[in-house]
Amino acid sequence: MTQDMHRLIAGNKRRDRFFGWAGLAAMVFAVTILLLLLVTLGLEGGRRLSWEFLTSYPSRVPERAGILPACVGTVLVMLVTAVTSVPLGVAAAVYLEEYAPKSRVTAVIEINIANLAGVPSIVYGLMALGLFVYPLHLGHSILTAGLTLTLLCLPVVIIVAREAIRTVPSGIREAAYALGATKWQTIRDHVLPYSTGGILTGVIIALSRAVGETAPLITIGALSFIAFLPSPPVTATPPFLSVRWLFDPFAVLPMQMFNWISRPQEAFHLNAAGAGLVLMLVTLAMNGLAYYIRYRSRRRIRW
Amino acid sequence: MMRKRNPGEQIIEALLLLAALSSVGITLGIVGVLLYESAVFFREVSVIEFLTDTQWTPLFADPHYGILPLLSGTMTTTGVALALALPLGTIMALYLSEYASAGVRETVKPFLELLTSVPTVIFGYFALLVVTPCLQLLWPALPGFNMLSAGLVIGVMIIPYISSVSEDALHAVPAHLREGSLAMGATRMQTAFRVVVPSAVSGIAAAYVLGISRAIGETMVVAIAAGMQPTLTWNPLEPAATVTAFIVQVSLGDLPHGSIGYQTIFVAGLTLFVVTFLFNVAGYMLRTRYHRKY
Repeated sequence: MTQDMHRLIAGNKRRDRFFGWAGLAAMVFAVTILLLLLVTLGLEGGRRLSWEFLTSYPSRVPERAGILPACVGTVLVMLVTAVTSVPLGVAAAVYLEEYAPKSRVTAVIEINIANLAGVPSIVYGLMALGLFVYPLHLGHSILTAGLTLTLLCLPVVIIVAREAIRTVPSGIREAAYALGATKWQTIRDHVLPYSTGGILTGVIIALSRAVGETAPLITIGALSFIAFLPSPPVTATPPFLSVRWLFDPFAVLPMQMFNWISRPQEAFHLNAAGAGLVLMLVTLAMNGLAYYIRYRSRRRIRW
Repeated sequence: MMRKRNPGEQIIEALLLLAALSSVGITLGIVGVLLYESAVFFREVSVIEFLTDTQWTPLFADPHYGILPLLSGTMTTTGVALALALPLGTIMALYLSEYASAGVRETVKPFLELLTSVPTVIFGYFALLVVTPCLQLLWPALPGFNMLSAGLVIGVMIIPYISSVSEDALHAVPAHLREGSLAMGATRMQTAFRVVVPSAVSGIAAAYVLGISRAIGETMVVAIAAGMQPTLTWNPLEPAATVTAFIVQVSLGDLPHGSIGYQTIFVAGLTLFVVTFLFNVAGYMLRTRYHRKY
C-alpha cells in the first residue's frame, strides 16, 4: 500500500519535472529561433549598411542603390499619422474614460474599438483605396498613406490612452472638483498631465507598428521606385511653409524592402536585408524610447 | 439647488464624443466601401459561382470567380501556423505562469511583446530567404515558393501573441485556488492542468482566437513566400495564393479603377473581413467572460 503510494508520488513528481523542462525547452526554442532570424538579418544587412546606402536613390544597379527617398517618405508619412491619430485617439479615450455614461452607445463604441484592433491591416488599405484614393481624389499621396495608417493606429492609441487615464487615482479628480474646477479643467490640468507618460508610451508603440506596415500601403498604390524627394516643406518665398509634399508620390522603407525581396537577383536581396536592418533598428529604437518614457514617468509619479 | 452648466464644457464634451464616434465611422467606412464595390461585382457574378467554382482566374481571358482556391490557401497556411504556434505558445504560457521565477517572467514577457512589433515584411524575408532554403536541405524537391515555410514563419510570428495573452489569463487565476490545490498534495503540473487551466479556459480560448485571426489576416509573409498562383490544394508543400496575397498581387499591377478586376480585391477583402470579424467577436466575448469571473 505505502509502496504504491510512493510509486505514485514519484511518478507524479517525475512528470512534473518533465513538464517543467518541456516548458523551458519550448521557451528557449521559440526565443532562439526568433533571435536567430534577427541575427541573420543583422549579419546580412550589416554587410550592406553604409553612408552611401542611406543617402542614395534606388537604382537598377544593386550596388549603387540606396534608401534615401524611402527614409524621407517614412518620416513624412509618420508625421501625418502622428498629427492626426494622437489628438483624435486621446480625445476619444478621454470621452470613454471620463464622460461616457453606461449606455448602449458606449457599449457599441467599446466593442467596435476591440474589433477594429483585430481587423487585418490590408482591409484598412482597401478602405483607403475605395474612399481616399478615388472618391476623395487624394491620389497615391503621402497624405493618403498617412491617413491610412491613422485608421490603423487609432484603435491602439485609444486603448492605451484609456489605460493610462484609468491609472490616475480618483482622489486627484475629487480634489480638483472640491476646489471648484469644472470637469474639463480637471481633465486638462490634472488627469491629462498625470497620464502623459502612459499615453506617450502607447502612442510611440502604436507608431512603431505603423512604421513597418506594408500591406495597406501596397493596396493604396505606393510606389517603390522613386528617384526623387517630395517637395520641401520650407520655401524661400512667403509664406515660407508649403504643404505640397502632402500630395506628392512617395516610397517608404518596408515597401522598398518588399520590392527588393521580389527581385530574382541575389544582390538585391542583400539590399533588402540592409533596408530591413534599418527598419528593424528604427522599430527597436522607438520601442526603447517608449519603455524609457514609461520607466521615467513611473519613477517620477508616486501616488 | 441651482445648477448652471457652462456652455463651453458642453461643447468640449460634444467634441470628445465626436472623436469617440470616429472609430465607429471607420468601421462603417470599411463595411460601406467593401459592400459597395462587392455589390457591383455580384451584379456580374452570381454568389453561387463565387462560392462553388473551383477556379480563381479573374484576370484571364476566360475568367472564373471561385473564392475556394484562395480560401484553401489561407486555411492551409493558417493550419500550418497554428500547428506550430498553439502547442508551443500554450506550453510557454504555462511555463511562464506556473514554473518560471518572477525574474524570468519579467524578462521574457516584455521581450515577447517587443517581438510583436517586428515588421511583417521582415518575417517575409526570413520565410523566403532563410527558412525555405533550410527546408530545402531536408526536402530537396520543395519549390522555392511554398505554403509550409510561410505557415511556419507565421506560426513563429504569432507565438508571442498566444503566449502573452494566455499568460495574462493564467496569471489572473487567484492564487488561493493554486494554493488550495498544492496544499492537497498536487504537483505543479497537476495544479496547472486541473485547476489553473480550467479556470482560465475562456482567456486561453481568446488568445487562440486572436492568434487565428492574425494568421488569417497575415499578408506580407504569404505574399512574399507562398507564391501568387491561386490553386485549390491543401498540400502545404505546394505554392498557392491566399486571399491576402491575391489582394497584394492585384494592387501591385495596374488595374483600371472600376474594372471587374479592381472589384475582385474588394470581394476578397470582404471575405477576409467577415471571417476575421467572426473570430474577433468570439474573442471579445470570451475575454469579457473571464474578466467578469473574478
